[in-house]
Amino acid sequence: MDTALQHQTSVGTTIAPAPWGRVRRSRHVADRALKIICTLFTVLGAFVLGWILLMLLVEGIGGLSPAVFTETTPGPGTQGGGIANAIVGSLIMTVLGIVVATPVGVLAGTYLAEYGKSSKLAEVIRFVNDILLAAPSILIGLFVYMLMVQPMGGYSGWAGGVALAIIAVPVIVRTTEDMLRLVPGSLREAGAALGAPMSTVIIKISWKAARAGMVTGVLLATARIAGETAPLLFTALNNNFWFNPNLMGGVANLPVMIYQFALSPYENWRELAWAGALIITMSILALSVVARLLLRKDKVR
Amino acid sequence: MSTIALNTSSAVGKAAAGNAEAPVRIAVRDLNFYYGDFRGLKDINLDFYDRQVTALIGPSGCGKSTLLRTFNRIYSLYPEQRADGEILLDGQNILSPSIDVNELRARVGMVFQKPTPFPMSIYDNIAFGIKLYERLPKSELDGRVEEALRKAALWDEAKDKLRQSGMSLSGGQQQRLCIARTIAQKPEVILLDEPTSALDPISTGKIEELIEQLRSEFTIVIVTHNMQQAARISQFTAFMYLGELVEFGPTTKMFMNPAKKQTQDYITGRFG
Amino acid sequence: MVALSQERLVTSADAPARRSPPPSFDRLFRLASLASALLVLIVLLGIIGSMIYGGMPAFREFGFGFITSTVWNVNEDQYGAWVAIVGTLTTALIALVIGVPLSLGIAIFLTQLCPPWLKRPVATTIELLAAVPSIIYGMWGLFVFAPLFANYVQIPVSNIVEGMPMIGTILYARTPSGVGILTAGIILAIMIIPFIASIARDILDQIPSVLRESAYGIGCTTWEVVRNVLLPQAGVSIIGAVMLGLGRALGETMAVTFVVGNANRLSGSLFDPGSTIASRIANEFNEAIGLQLNALMGLGCILFLVTFTVLVLARILVSRVKVG
Repeated sequence: MDTALQHQTSVGTTIAPAPWGRVRRSRHVADRALKIICTLFTVLGAFVLGWILLMLLVEGIGGLSPAVFTETTPGPGTQGGGIANAIVGSLIMTVLGIVVATPVGVLAGTYLAEYGKSSKLAEVIRFVNDILLAAPSILIGLFVYMLMVQPMGGYSGWAGGVALAIIAVPVIVRTTEDMLRLVPGSLREAGAALGAPMSTVIIKISWKAARAGMVTGVLLATARIAGETAPLLFTALNNNFWFNPNLMGGVANLPVMIYQFALSPYENWRELAWAGALIITMSILALSVVARLLLRKDKVR
Repeated sequence: MSTIALNTSSAVGKAAAGNAEAPVRIAVRDLNFYYGDFRGLKDINLDFYDRQVTALIGPSGCGKSTLLRTFNRIYSLYPEQRADGEILLDGQNILSPSIDVNELRARVGMVFQKPTPFPMSIYDNIAFGIKLYERLPKSELDGRVEEALRKAALWDEAKDKLRQSGMSLSGGQQQRLCIARTIAQKPEVILLDEPTSALDPISTGKIEELIEQLRSEFTIVIVTHNMQQAARISQFTAFMYLGELVEFGPTTKMFMNPAKKQTQDYITGRFG
Repeated sequence: MVALSQERLVTSADAPARRSPPPSFDRLFRLASLASALLVLIVLLGIIGSMIYGGMPAFREFGFGFITSTVWNVNEDQYGAWVAIVGTLTTALIALVIGVPLSLGIAIFLTQLCPPWLKRPVATTIELLAAVPSIIYGMWGLFVFAPLFANYVQIPVSNIVEGMPMIGTILYARTPSGVGILTAGIILAIMIIPFIASIARDILDQIPSVLRESAYGIGCTTWEVVRNVLLPQAGVSIIGAVMLGLGRALGETMAVTFVVGNANRLSGSLFDPGSTIASRIANEFNEAIGLQLNALMGLGCILFLVTFTVLVLARILVSRVKVG
């Protein structure tokens, strides 16, 4: 310590360090402003989410009753009623959409990650998939209208399911490919070295290793299509009855029901719309959270 | 351990007096460093002499980079990292909360392992740093940029493309640009964190020459994993191991006649 | 249809895969995955094809005037897209003007300012905003936001600007109901924030930390690091993220349909109701017959071309930086 002190005194005599305090105040002000503004923006984002959830709870809980889950949607001017047909219709079409989309999406994602890799065709498909991922969903509704509703002569749950599947496929393709790419090549090589054909290596090794991520993709796709309204407007339509078991004709569903009832002049319709909005949003948020948790657990492992 | 280290260092101070009668620029006192709960530096006491090159050597993970990163408090970007003790720059404790870290970093410049040109022109890469601290007329700024590029031995190669992106230079040139950027701010100390580890031998040679020239103006601390490099360019060497300072002294003594067996083993390549 | 057959293929393939599969299964699996991938391509082509096919009669009937005409009259069977095109572009532009700074602010907060323990909750919250169905945004916009907006923004602002040149037109509400082009733009801004913010966050995270450190290393403040080094370094891919948000804003349907007012005329005021391509399709398609149906398809075709261009640009810009 003594030596250090001596040295310090000698420093003072030999070199005169520039005085401190050269930082202009305006720089600190700008910096402080950036920090405050960014924080405020983030708070604002969280605040809007909170506000929306609060609105749903306040308006929706009042409308919830056992009848909501047991009775069908009421006709114009009639009292009471529930949304059982819309809930079941939504479930059926969402499941239909996911059941169609999962194999296609998983196989297409597998093609991109395992077979196509960086070939021209794979590049094109990856590009197209990204476009589809963000394409306006109402256009998919129009497409399925032309593809199925017109030729089949009417609205149907099948058309609704296919429209939802088209929205779900790109989500599943993307996550499947991303997850398969995370599987280390050495794992695959180890499998191939045992003489297993490529399909076996993919199914038994790549898929297995990427399982959690792929399930996450499917869950996220489910969350995405469960709340989609626009593509169902022209495909499944909506009505106030239990639908045909063969799903032909209009099939009641939550999103379109909410859309029609929320803008209606009837008090009981609007209450049901709020109840439906609460149910659907909470289900979707729960799905998204579960999907994220699943992925996080997998990453830790 | 720390007392021994201090003794050695003061002993070396006298031994070095023959070739370097230099005052202390940075004095490290009882410095401890923590990554969360892990103690990365243990009771470091060390002096860095004015206008001398001091090399920090040791096996990877020994804390040499950690020590370097305390001198401009760059570690404070990461909330889980903290230091306690004292680091006196010209007698002023730079770990004190009252120190303006922005200004500290202009006084204590740093060059990193990989060249990091900013996404702007070669000219602006240098002018940007100057303009943060000084308001200069255009002609004077031009002069400062040229001066910095000349000192970094880059002027001849870059003078015709000052408006081009810094990325257009080769790796070695980029690293000299980063050095130019640092010295343009007229710092007191320059920290070099393995500045040549990403470069080819020819570029490395140029940077080493440059460091030798810069010594006349700046106090330089360099972290290197290359012992030949430490021997070639430094006047003082500190050997660290497991977060502790094992030995510090004039480079010639450290390499010819180290006091500790551990140092000798490392230098002769028996471990690390 | 193809999809269903493939599904069957996979389930039937599963059993033999446990034992040593016959070599033909390997080929079949490869073919099935190739077919699925091609299906993605076919769907996109199908969308383009059906829009062009469906919109053709309207294009043929009205020619270039279909785009430039402001008349949309169902009784006289006269259709022009201009009002909807202007509405679409204006609402999307407003959404960008409001949404981009907010998104970048959030991305900067998440990557530069946020303490580590807070990162995940905040990021999840922002991402959950993206999961909320668009119809819910519509309800929030119509029932919660619009009345507040009418009372606290439209009426006071209209009173202040009334009679002023230019601004007196742009920001004057003839009927301060809260719905209109500006409201739609604000709701869209909220909806695109999570997309732009999370991509921008990923881009900022990809920048090597040594570049950030060296910017701090010459004594920059956080603002200077972000402004002069990080954002320029992220450069075009940030623009790509913005384009992706723009693509969303252009095609968003349900939320806009709730709050845009669905008026069929061109107005100089941002407070006045208007319509967008998507909202018009959503409103009229189910009752449309004949030429009106074709005109709506034609609108869809225009929307597709615009969003397609934007998304292609976005994709090119975002991918460039990942490579370089």
